[in-house]
Amino acid sequence: MTPFLTESFAERGARERARALLDPASFRELLDPFARIASPYLAAQDVVPQADDGVVVARGTLGNRRACVVASDGRFLGGSIGEIGGAKIAGALELARRDFEDGRPTRVVLALDTGGIRLQEANLGILAVTEICDAIVALRERMPVVAVIAGRVGVYGGLSLSTALCSAIIVSEGARIGLNGPDVVETESGIEEMDSSDRPLIWRVTGGRRRFEQDFTTELVADDVGAIRAAVERAFERPRPLGPLVPPPFPDPRLERDAFLHAMEIQP
Amino acid sequence: MIETLSYEFAANEPVANRAHVGVVASGNCEVLLEPAADGRASIVVRTSVTGFDRTWQAVLARFFARNPVAVQIEINDFGATPAVVALRLEQALEYAR
Repeated sequence: MTPFLTESFAERGARERARALLDPASFRELLDPFARIASPYLAAQDVVPQADDGVVVARGTLGNRRACVVASDGRFLGGSIGEIGGAKIAGALELARRDFEDGRPTRVVLALDTGGIRLQEANLGILAVTEICDAIVALRERMPVVAVIAGRVGVYGGLSLSTALCSAIIVSEGARIGLNGPDVVETESGIEEMDSSDRPLIWRVTGGRRRFEQDFTTELVADDVGAIRAAVERAFERPRPLGPLVPPPFPDPRLERDAFLHAMEIQP
Repeated sequence: MIETLSYEFAANEPVANRAHVGVVASGNCEVLLEPAADGRASIVVRTSVTGFDRTWQAVLARFFARNPVAVQIEINDFGATPAVVALRLEQALEYAR
């Protein structure tokens, strides 16, 4: 039966999202705002920093199993990932890998809501994403890593690469997944290619439902805390088989027809 | 430009816990509130909107007139209106008590 009352996940901030995914009262935050490790680069560029750098790392239990939820806050600078926030995410994954080695497996859920790397910290952000990708690959060989993309932003840019590496991707209809965001596409390729003010178009191309239909995600869920929690538990019990890390070769349009057909293993 | 403003008020009520509320997002601010030892309240505001130091003074003076709590407060502001700032302060204090 369809529930009449739902508890929105997207309407919560990052901390409340982490709290909602973990079992009641098990929430324990690592490097909380009072750790005061805000980005040191933003003030120098006339941007007000946030005390947690927009990333919440919370340990606790999920279905009575040891868990760690990492949530980025899409409201602070578009959820952009800089040096500090990136190190918090990579550190949480690394900690879970060590926990596994120590015989204390910890289930990691990446509840990302981000436009990608923070432009004000460009190179450090790129480095952070490579560290996050490394850490996901190292952990997913041991146990599933689950991504929950169910915020108002979704996931774009460098972090969409990290998301694609996860063992399972749970997406909501309101969220989006893409490499280049609509504004980037419009700027780079022109308004004929994509009108970034055309919201139905954006959702037709990068929306959660479309990404699920394209088999890019493992599950499409309603914007409801209970539904998302249930999907996360399913994802850990039945992760999808991991595909090859190297994608199948893409035909190079510069090849001659015969060479192209040969590359595609088609008999001319 | 970022403006950093500092304020102090006389205060005598102790507060049990620290509290964090809000977010550095458009029209919003985050408040970090911690108990302070001596009988005064000190506030540091970092804001992206310059030239409103007297408005900040008025909002904070009203809050501490109502709640003379000995606390140390840090506010990271992204264009919150005085009403939003007042609500965030009340919310932080409610969590801290």
